[in-house]
Formats: sequence, C-alpha cells, structure tokens
Amino acid sequence: MRRQIKWRGRLATIQMVAMFLLLAGSQSLGASDQASTGQPTGQATGQPAGKAEVKIDNFSFGPETLTVSVGTTVIWTNRDDIPHTVVSTEGVFKSKVRDTDETFSYTFSKAGTYPYYCSVHPKMTGKIVVQ
Amino acid sequence: MANKNQDVIDQKLQDLNNDGIDRRGFLKCMAWAGTGLVWTMSGGIPVSHAFARGMGKHAGKSADFSFVQISDSHMGFNKPANPDVAATLKAAVDKINGLATPPEFLLHTGDISHLSRADEFDNVDQILRSARAKDVFFVPGEHDVLDDNGKSYLERYGKNASPSGWYSFDHKGVHFIGLVNVLNLKAGGLGSLGGEQLEWMEKDVKHLKHSTPIVVFAHIPLWAAYPQWGWGTEDSAQALSYVKRFGSVTVLNGHIHQTMQKVEGRVTFHSAMSTAFPQPQPGKADSPGPMKVPAEQLRSVLGITDVNYVRGRHSLAVVDSTLA
Repeated sequence: MRRQIKWRGRLATIQMVAMFLLLAGSQSLGASDQASTGQPTGQATGQPAGKAEVKIDNFSFGPETLTVSVGTTVIWTNRDDIPHTVVSTEGVFKSKVRDTDETFSYTFSKAGTYPYYCSVHPKMTGKIVVQ
Repeated sequence: MANKNQDVIDQKLQDLNNDGIDRRGFLKCMAWAGTGLVWTMSGGIPVSHAFARGMGKHAGKSADFSFVQISDSHMGFNKPANPDVAATLKAAVDKINGLATPPEFLLHTGDISHLSRADEFDNVDQILRSARAKDVFFVPGEHDVLDDNGKSYLERYGKNASPSGWYSFDHKGVHFIGLVNVLNLKAGGLGSLGGEQLEWMEKDVKHLKHSTPIVVFAHIPLWAAYPQWGWGTEDSAQALSYVKRFGSVTVLNGHIHQTMQKVEGRVTFHSAMSTAFPQPQPGKADSPGPMKVPAEQLRSVLGITDVNYVRGRHSLAVVDSTLA
C-alpha cells in the first residue's frame, strides 16, 4: 500500500484570514449568548419595551426583516432541531452556535440596517432595521 | 412503495432531462450497471437494497479493492429523529465488518459531530476503532467547524492535510482528493471551496495520467443537488473542470442524508445516507431539518456506501446498503 499525502499551504494568506476573523469576533460587544434551560424567553404577549424577538424555525429567521427603535435588544431563539448561528454580514455581531431553545441577544445602539445570516446555513438570511 | 420507487425514478429522469442529458444518454448510463455501476435511487428502497446484497458479493469477488463511505454521524444529536446516534453508528460499523470483501479503509464525509464538541469526536473515534478497516479519512461537515473555524477539527483530523484541511492520497492506482467546502461560507451562498483550495487542486491533478481513476470526496454536494436548501457548492464547477479529462471520476458527498446520484459526462456524483437521521427529499418539506420516521423504520433510511474498484472498468461500483 503506497500512499502519499500532498499539500501546499499559503501560510501568509491563512494568517491574514485568521487576523480578520479575530477582529470580526472582537466586535461582538453588547451581545450575549445564553443557553436557556428550555424555557423560551418572552412569550408572544406583546413586545416589552426595549425588546424584540426573532424566532428561528424551519431554517429561517422570522420575521425576516424586523424594524426596531434605537436601544432595542433583539433576542433570537433557535426553535429548530439543528444548531444555527446569528452573524452580522458586516461583522457587527456574531453569536456562538445556538442549539435548540438557546438564545442570542444584541442591543442596537445606532440607527441603520443590519443584515445577518446563519454561518452554518448561509441560505438563512435576515435583516434588522434600526430607526 | 412501488409508486414511491416510480416517483423517484421519474424524478431522476426529470433531473437528467433538466441537465440536458437525453433519454438515450440515460439509457447509456443504465448500461453501465452491467459493468459494475449500481444505480440506487433513494435510501431504503427495497429494490436498491436487493441490488446491494447481490451486487455486493458479486462485485466484491472481482474487485481490486473496496472502501466504505460513511457520513453524517452527528454524534451528540439526541432529538426525536434519532435519540441514540451512537447505536446507529455502531450498527453501521457492524454492517461494514460484515461485508463479504473487507474494505481497505473508510471515508467519513463529515458532520462527524453535531456540535463540534471534543466528547462527540471522541465517541465517534472510539466507535470507529471497532471497525476492521483501521484507516479512516475525514473531511469536515459544517457541524464539525462550528465557532472555532475548524481549529479543533484540524487539530484532531488534519495532521496529514493542508493547514485548511484538504489533502489527496493514492491507493492502488486510484487518486483520492478530500476537499473542504464548509468554511468561510458567505451570506446567502452555498458551500464554498475558495481560491486557495482550487489552485491547490489544479496542481494536485496536473501530473496525473488521463487513465488514473479519481475519487473526490467532500461534505456538501459538489453539484446543484438542491440549491434552494443550500445543497450545492458555489465554485464546484471550477473544481470539476480540473478532473473532466480523466476517464473515471467518482464524486462522493454527504450532507443531504439520503442517496442521490447523477452523471455528467464521465463524472458520477453520489451522495450517501447518514448514520444518524434522514432528511426530506428536496422540496418535500418546509426545511431540510431532521425527518422523523417511525422508530421501526429508522434503520431502513440510514446506511453505508460500499465502493468497489476494479482495474480497467470504466466506473467504480457504488453500492448503498441500509442498516435495516
């Protein structure tokens, strides 16, 4: 049995990518990952002041576009049997992987449009509009 | 069940038609079945299984060597679709150990773990140790590179690979290429290989003779299996352009938890069943999430893929069998 493993790396490129990821990761101030104990946070009894919810169901963010006022904390809850993430396309926030019933929250302190996606299933995209 | 079979076959014909291969082309593909390529249309369908039993033994006797592909063991998953993924992985190992021709090695096409946790990888490694084939070649699934961009996966499985996890090796005249298409995925996009990996692959196959059989394996399909659910790889066409000139190319993937096959020229694409839980057929559910089937049917939709290579044959014989 003869077997030959071959590869050629581009160390510099990898270091740059690693550096970029490190920078992107360090911007997730104001965010929190919470492993809930199975109790979904905040039932649908109206939006408490300063909070809003996005539900992850069937590999999609609902609502896909959510409009909130400045200072609102958005809470994402994963209700799928499969883990997902909530990652800002522009590196503003980034959750750790969220398994079933786990949540991620982020407080939006500046007006703007914040597109995001699930980095595990990138077809899943959403948007938070902060006014 | 017969209707279901027919549905799947019709769907296949439709797929082939959509890809511009005419019916004659399809029949030509079917003719290969006689020379070793076994067509299995969907996981757990009895026709495929019966084929698998007969062909497995027949193909085994004349094969130069065989290897087995397993996929999507999702160790750590414990939801209703399969509360005991360790038991079904063990059943897969038992199945492998019972094959008439022992495989010379195993390929695992990713989603080894469910949450990239060390204890999940440990469990899989321990269960696979009871396989008679000692060498296991891995490529990562997206579940193996969560949170740390693949760092822990690479520390464990990447020792003989490039720093980003891809590699190639030769075995008895067949050239194997393990690709990584689950890192640095872009919003709205599909699986991705990336420029650096493509450049490497082009160089990797450049020196090989046209007659060298090629096996490419990766987690996410390297063809548009169902892009609406992310079942495809953005830059796979570029990768495939490097291997088009070879006489025999077999492309193996996991990710979609069901068998699916397609032929494009001399390239045969084949996706394997999971050892953990099934997923719905493309578009047949609201999402590609785990599909719950009655407990007694679970093992009929999980399985392994046995691949036999016979020198001089046009294609490798790809035989799926379920764990039932």
